[in-house]
Amino acid sequence: MAKHKINLTVNGAAHEVEVESRLLLVHLIREELRLTGTHIGCDTSHCGVCTVLLDGQPVKSCTLLAVQADGRKLSTVEGLEQGGKLHAIQEGFTEKHALQCGYCTPGMLMTCSALLEKNARPSEQEIRQAISGNLCRCTGYLNIVKAVQHAAEKLHG
Amino acid sequence: MDKPRTDAKICGMGHSMKRKEDPRFIRGKGNYVDDIKLPGMLYMDIVRSPYAHARIKKIDTSAALKIPGVLAVIDGPTLEKYKLHWMPTISADTQMVLPIDEVMYQAQEVCAVIATERYLAADGADAVEVEYEPLPVMIDPLKSIAPGAPVLRKDKKGKSDNIAFHWEAGDRDKTEKALAASEVVAEQYVYVPRIHVASMETCGCVADFNTAEGKLTVYMTTQAPHAVRTVFALVAGHVGLSEERIRIVSPDIGGGFGGKVPVYPGYVIAVAASVVIGKPVKWIEDRMENLQADSFARDYHMKVRLGASKDGRMTALSIKTIADHGYTNASANPMKYPAGLFSICTGSYDLKNAFCEVDAVYTHKPPGGVAYRCSFRVTEAVHAIERVTDVLAQKLGMDPAELRMKNFIAPERFPYKSVLGWEYDSGNYPAALNKAMDIVGYEDLRKEQKEKRARGELMGIGICSFTEIVGAGPSKDFDILGIKMFDSAEIRVHPTGKAIARFGTKSQGQGHETTYAQIVAEELGIPASDIQVEEGDTDTAPYGLGTYASRSTPTSGAAASLAARKIRSKAKAIAAHLLECSEADLDWEPGKFFIKGVPDKAKTIQECAFAAYTNMPQGMEPGLEATHYYDPPNLTFPFGSYICVVDIDRGTGEVKVRRFVAVDDCGNIINPMIVDGQIHGGLAQGVGPALYEEISYDEDGNISGGSFLDYYVPTALECPKWETDKTITPSPHHPFGAKGVGESATVGAPPAIANAVVDALSHLGVTHVDIPVTPEKVWALLRKAGAAE
Repeated sequence: MAKHKINLTVNGAAHEVEVESRLLLVHLIREELRLTGTHIGCDTSHCGVCTVLLDGQPVKSCTLLAVQADGRKLSTVEGLEQGGKLHAIQEGFTEKHALQCGYCTPGMLMTCSALLEKNARPSEQEIRQAISGNLCRCTGYLNIVKAVQHAAEKLHG
Repeated sequence: MDKPRTDAKICGMGHSMKRKEDPRFIRGKGNYVDDIKLPGMLYMDIVRSPYAHARIKKIDTSAALKIPGVLAVIDGPTLEKYKLHWMPTISADTQMVLPIDEVMYQAQEVCAVIATERYLAADGADAVEVEYEPLPVMIDPLKSIAPGAPVLRKDKKGKSDNIAFHWEAGDRDKTEKALAASEVVAEQYVYVPRIHVASMETCGCVADFNTAEGKLTVYMTTQAPHAVRTVFALVAGHVGLSEERIRIVSPDIGGGFGGKVPVYPGYVIAVAASVVIGKPVKWIEDRMENLQADSFARDYHMKVRLGASKDGRMTALSIKTIADHGYTNASANPMKYPAGLFSICTGSYDLKNAFCEVDAVYTHKPPGGVAYRCSFRVTEAVHAIERVTDVLAQKLGMDPAELRMKNFIAPERFPYKSVLGWEYDSGNYPAALNKAMDIVGYEDLRKEQKEKRARGELMGIGICSFTEIVGAGPSKDFDILGIKMFDSAEIRVHPTGKAIARFGTKSQGQGHETTYAQIVAEELGIPASDIQVEEGDTDTAPYGLGTYASRSTPTSGAAASLAARKIRSKAKAIAAHLLECSEADLDWEPGKFFIKGVPDKAKTIQECAFAAYTNMPQGMEPGLEATHYYDPPNLTFPFGSYICVVDIDRGTGEVKVRRFVAVDDCGNIINPMIVDGQIHGGLAQGVGPALYEEISYDEDGNISGGSFLDYYVPTALECPKWETDKTITPSPHHPFGAKGVGESATVGAPPAIANAVVDALSHLGVTHVDIPVTPEKVWALLRKAGAAE
């Protein structure tokens, strides 16, 4: 199996790794980089628990090859907290009880943080639309909507 | 209990304490089974059958074994050498671990490939060539039960039919007579289809057999680690696995909902592989395997008859059920109750005559009968009674709320003995329904509906007033494979006044680390933040039957309370010693003992804890800890009234849930925020099966709904903004008056939605629609009535 040397930035730190052509990005993240916050929940790109940001855009890392991340900026849930301070969306999730089993949470957090980057004050419908590619089996979504609203308030007053 | 008794620092019951689990989960620092990577760990992948029924003619592993990194292929004959190719199910039926000659359902495990890397194991599975001879397939349970049908379970000696069991409750003759004498009988065939829990995390394990110590550790996705340990010891004792050398660790679990109660073949194969090879072996299902092969829920075909007088007084209920159990009876039911607690089917109503029976049938489908977020067949029972109640209301021309009010068990009649033998501990059904009707604005909605109908618009209002039966259960009636269904708590208070508490249950997202700490805080006055909760490691936690069927609060929660009271009692003796008074002179307020009438003569619980290790009374056993195994005297009976408002598109048949009001009563509440969260999630898991989710099969046994492409779990766009409220009717027998709550909403939501849809279409002559109420089904009904756009 051919191997490729790729360079990428992961949560701000530069990495050079050698990967097989077929290695999925999610497996690079979980198995090689050992950032296990990014989870795997399906094999058809429907559940979104593997969501990470690639150059700021939410992507499903189970549907990308690791080589597609070459030269790009990757952000995972482990990078949300900065200098010991939680991201507003992380605070929102705990404040509004937007997580239960925690399995969809990292992907959900990444999708929501990207939403707040491009839309400072999303409406309820915009939030629901934004997270409609992320399945959650525990919360019934309402508290996730509230968590995003809480974070928007916190970030933008 | 409306207001918390403790302050925010202690944070006992009634506080919406933020969850202690959250800090790790929001940072991506949870520890789920697939996050575990042990040195030298191998990976397992499973080859599955494309056929629902076939003879295995040949398994050619040569190409797979040529792949560098592929170490072994384990098949039925491999396991047969160790007599591990069959295993018992939780319901004491039998199940192949790996087949010797025949496969009995699509996606059944055929063999397993062990390799050094995950991708190589998958390559190996791909390279295994299996030659099958397809055999006739039996998919329809109604055909399977017919006399003369070919016998499916030929492995069972002397078996001459396809019936897994017959079970009944109530008086058949008396009920038939009462039905015959009833002025009106509503009769409805109700199908509650096969669905899947689809927890976001699939199942898997890391089996780690330490050859030097002869000890097996299995990290696995299980809701019942202790029971699994015992089952492993019982079925693999002959190959040297002894219970003291088996450790089951259930790490963070990404949702369970009943799907992580059974022991699936994959776990057993991984254990066998680790024992034989002597290295850790990881097996993680992918989503398609999870949906296609793991145990399913529901699949009840019910003929329901409800008799009444012309003025709407219910007289008799009869339900005849054919239950499709698939290839084997792998239901997770208590032994005495093969159809679970289905006999709760008289629901919230004062019925004097009732009879129900269930014939469980084998078919060529994966094993079914998981209690999916349901206390053993309660969902099916509630769907039957709540749907047929609306059919009766329609037949009588009565408002469904009025019919319910007329037949509710009156609040003053609790504890109430139901005709099918349950003693309902407490209830106030009219209060919950009245509250739900007030919140939703019932009368105004009926007016709106009338106006919309006049304009040709379709809008429906659906009610469900359910009664649950949870918290199994009293040991005289409840056991699984002989193990009584008690549960446990063990609390140790450290010298500095902090504590660790361990339990026989296992959270899968319910927030036990928070709520159990709050229970202990309530009883001891030690701040909940100072109490560490642990579950899931059989080497350290006390024995228990696990978390499912809304049983954690009714059983382990009660045990926590009673263990804490034992500690408080010992602390009181210590306080008396420290204050040089008699115990009778002491009063308690959360966190301290004080001399009656002299509040400043006090000793805190922390001071007592320190003294328990440093200055105990002479003759007293040192230390401050207690264990309690709680055997509940009865089940608890949470209830609620749900009202759903739907709008239906006449052009597409699409149903949109506009509003959903849920009034729940789970007795006294430990953490209101968490209870609300449980209700929200349960409601979403009610919307799913009500409108979207179904696993069905074609006549060749091919699955539909075998991936998230076809199995439609609701997203944020399909779920409305839940409106929740509560009434509080404490359980009289539970130590702190609580009832289980995790499953109420999953049970109560589907009939409310189905009733709303039928209500929207009732003027067109529609009296029933089976769930899931898909656009296709609604559109067909509209078209038949000439009302489709």
